[in-house]
Amino acid sequence: MSDNILEAHQVVKRFGGLLATDHLDYELPRGMIASIIGPNGAGKTTFFNCLTGFYQIDEGTLDFNGSSLIGLESYEITQLGISRTFQNIRLFNNMTVLENIMVGQEPHLKSSWIGALLGLPSVRREEEATEARARELLDFVGLRGLGDQLAKNLPYGDQRRLEIARALGAKPKLLLLDEPTAGMNPRETAQTTTFIKRLRDELGITILMIEHDMKVVMGISEKVTVLDYGRKIAEGLPQEIQSNPVVIEAYLGKGATAALMAQEKQA
Amino acid sequence: MNEELRGTIKTGLIAGVVTLSLGMIGILVAFNKRFIVTDAVTLADLLLFGMAVIAGYLGASSLKEHSMGRRLLHGGLAGMLAAVPTFLLILLTLVWEGIRDSFINVEPALVSLLTLDNENVVVGGILLIVVFGVLGLVGVGYAQLPVRFRRPISMSLAWTIGSGVMSDILIGILRPRMSNDTLRSLFGSTGLQPVPFVVLFVLLTAVFFWWQQGGQTRYQTLRQNFTPRQQKSSRRVSISLLVIFLLILPSLLGVYLSEIFNEIGRFVLMGLGLNIAIGLAGLLDLGYVTNFAVGAYIMALLTSSSQFGPENPWSFWLAVPICVVAAMFTGFILALPVLKMRGDYLAIATLGFGEIIRVLARSDALKPVIGGAQGILQIPAAQIGGFMAQVMGYILNPINNLLSRFELGILATNSNGDIVFGNPPQLYYLFILASLLMLFISRRLNNSRTGRRWMAIREDEDVAAAMGINTTNAKVLAFTLSAASGGLAGAIFAAKLGSIFPSSFELLISINVLALIIVGGLGSIPGVIVGAFALVGIPQLLSEFAEFRLLLYGIALIGMMLVRPEGLWPSEVHRREIHSHGEDETAVPVSVKP
Repeated sequence: MSDNILEAHQVVKRFGGLLATDHLDYELPRGMIASIIGPNGAGKTTFFNCLTGFYQIDEGTLDFNGSSLIGLESYEITQLGISRTFQNIRLFNNMTVLENIMVGQEPHLKSSWIGALLGLPSVRREEEATEARARELLDFVGLRGLGDQLAKNLPYGDQRRLEIARALGAKPKLLLLDEPTAGMNPRETAQTTTFIKRLRDELGITILMIEHDMKVVMGISEKVTVLDYGRKIAEGLPQEIQSNPVVIEAYLGKGATAALMAQEKQA
Repeated sequence: MNEELRGTIKTGLIAGVVTLSLGMIGILVAFNKRFIVTDAVTLADLLLFGMAVIAGYLGASSLKEHSMGRRLLHGGLAGMLAAVPTFLLILLTLVWEGIRDSFINVEPALVSLLTLDNENVVVGGILLIVVFGVLGLVGVGYAQLPVRFRRPISMSLAWTIGSGVMSDILIGILRPRMSNDTLRSLFGSTGLQPVPFVVLFVLLTAVFFWWQQGGQTRYQTLRQNFTPRQQKSSRRVSISLLVIFLLILPSLLGVYLSEIFNEIGRFVLMGLGLNIAIGLAGLLDLGYVTNFAVGAYIMALLTSSSQFGPENPWSFWLAVPICVVAAMFTGFILALPVLKMRGDYLAIATLGFGEIIRVLARSDALKPVIGGAQGILQIPAAQIGGFMAQVMGYILNPINNLLSRFELGILATNSNGDIVFGNPPQLYYLFILASLLMLFISRRLNNSRTGRRWMAIREDEDVAAAMGINTTNAKVLAFTLSAASGGLAGAIFAAKLGSIFPSSFELLISINVLALIIVGGLGSIPGVIVGAFALVGIPQLLSEFAEFRLLLYGIALIGMMLVRPEGLWPSEVHRREIHSHGEDETAVPVSVKP
């Protein structure tokens, strides 16, 4: 077995006549922080949704940790070890912060409703352990003391952290972050960047993120993939991507490279 | 015309239109028969003149920055305007002889009520406007009172009026324990006598005032200073007092009130079940009556001694678990086709199930099995006999002997030494037992991992799945467990009535149960009980309400949505939410609250 945690081969996802993901090949080595970038509508979130079972792919193969993801329900994929956050934060708004994280730990919980009715000691122990672990995660993401707040009453930045804490509850091997710094100010963005690095360094989680902020992408990614119209148009180290004319054209339109070159020459 | 004047006129006219509607739909005349203060004030008077006070209060409190004179002016104007629409109605009756052909409720009784019993209706109508104006001024005065006086007065007024309205019940409870003379000095045929009314009002005001001015804080500090040991024992004492109270309640209430409690109990049972589906898992189930019907019919089929029952009818106690399981099985089966549906679509589909069950119960095809429209008769009451009854008799009889000295009692054996749950006070124990059991189960589920999964699905089904929750299983489980309580209610219902007919399983039951959990507070277990008391208990207590029951349901629901969307007794989370909103504004940390 290769040491890729994720391998996608010739993945196709169609919406009617639109090819949202067009014969995409993608490999993600274990333990890496990788980014996917691309203009709006490039198919980045669609790819995430295919990975997490929100969509079923039309063609191709998807392998995680050596086993196929095709045909699995999204809860089964989470149980295998892929967790995610959402582009537009989707917390359980009317539940408390602590409850949100406790729900995140679902894949590792065993107690049944019958046990709960009977008040079995094993169930009580599991509930206590779940709550204790939720508090640990709360501390880890820096939200200590906010456990009893309703999720929707948290400030924006804290909601992003909570989403990550909730995803960590499942003890994932691979964490998918969909625009983790969207809407943050530069200071919060810097904090989040360091935090993502900590997730990999301290917890050993492989991280794949969609991101628009080039500072974040270039700062911590070890591999950058560029999508446009559902196709992969470039892949490589951050520095390589930065100067790739195809990428610049995809973002700024045809002729942009030439114009930039001319500008540089003038300067 | 300035802004404020326009506001006042609007307030006054709205109050007037409400008054007019109350009259035209017949509420005023119907309520005029129930006295709050004997031979002086009726429930209709309260509504009618209350409207003037409210108009004055609202008219004055909309202008904050003005002199007393202007406030009185605005309040009085609003009060007077509140009588104008009814005055126009009175004028209309003079020119339109046949008004009753179109508006059946505009009867002489209404006109005489709206003209303060004056011979000359025009004079009477004008008099009403004047009285309304004066009452508007009273409203202004009330608005001027500082809150620390206003709150105790409002509360004690509400309690005193409540005791006046519910005087039948109070009489029923007090009759065995008081001499007729004392009773007659307190109550009239309906309503409190004037002197006791005033005394009660003053007393209650004093108590509420004391409680607010220091009693409450003193009580709380006292409780806070309890050692853990004392806390534990104080809890134990209050729980045992509650249990004793619940046990002797039916003998305190008498037959009629016990029956009302049983009706409430039936709806509490169904409410607790539906609360699992709607309140916790967010599955809008409008066909809850299905589970109730299945429970009732299975009970009938297993225990009836008529041709529909088995050759050797089962005992109630053996049949109950079968009824519950059958209802759960129905819930499970019905959950399967609707799993992919959400929100409105789910509601419509489940609504369909509710209708299907009614049509099936009535159908000729199933008539040989479940009796069609003639229903199933001869269902015996639940009873405990033999050895078990003997044992219970040994325990219960001495207690009953002791309690009978105070005209009280608990569950009793009959002359054969059996315990028969036949009459309302005996049935009460069955309902209370079932309700407590379901309360316990609901609480356990609510605070478990299962409850958390349901709530996550309610909040966002896709994300719940992405957290590793098998949403299909969780939803099927919610439907199945929610059905159990309905089945139990149905089983007891069948044994209580002794016969069941398809007409008992109308859509209206589903709607009633839904309404009571919304009014009580979605997802809140105490809310189910409060909601059942409000929507099932009160209409049963006040026979005048019966005719307007559905109208009042509608008003209650709309009013709740506007004023208190979280319900009368909101769930923990909702309460926290309101709490935290308050905090956002004032930025006071939680612990500072007294």
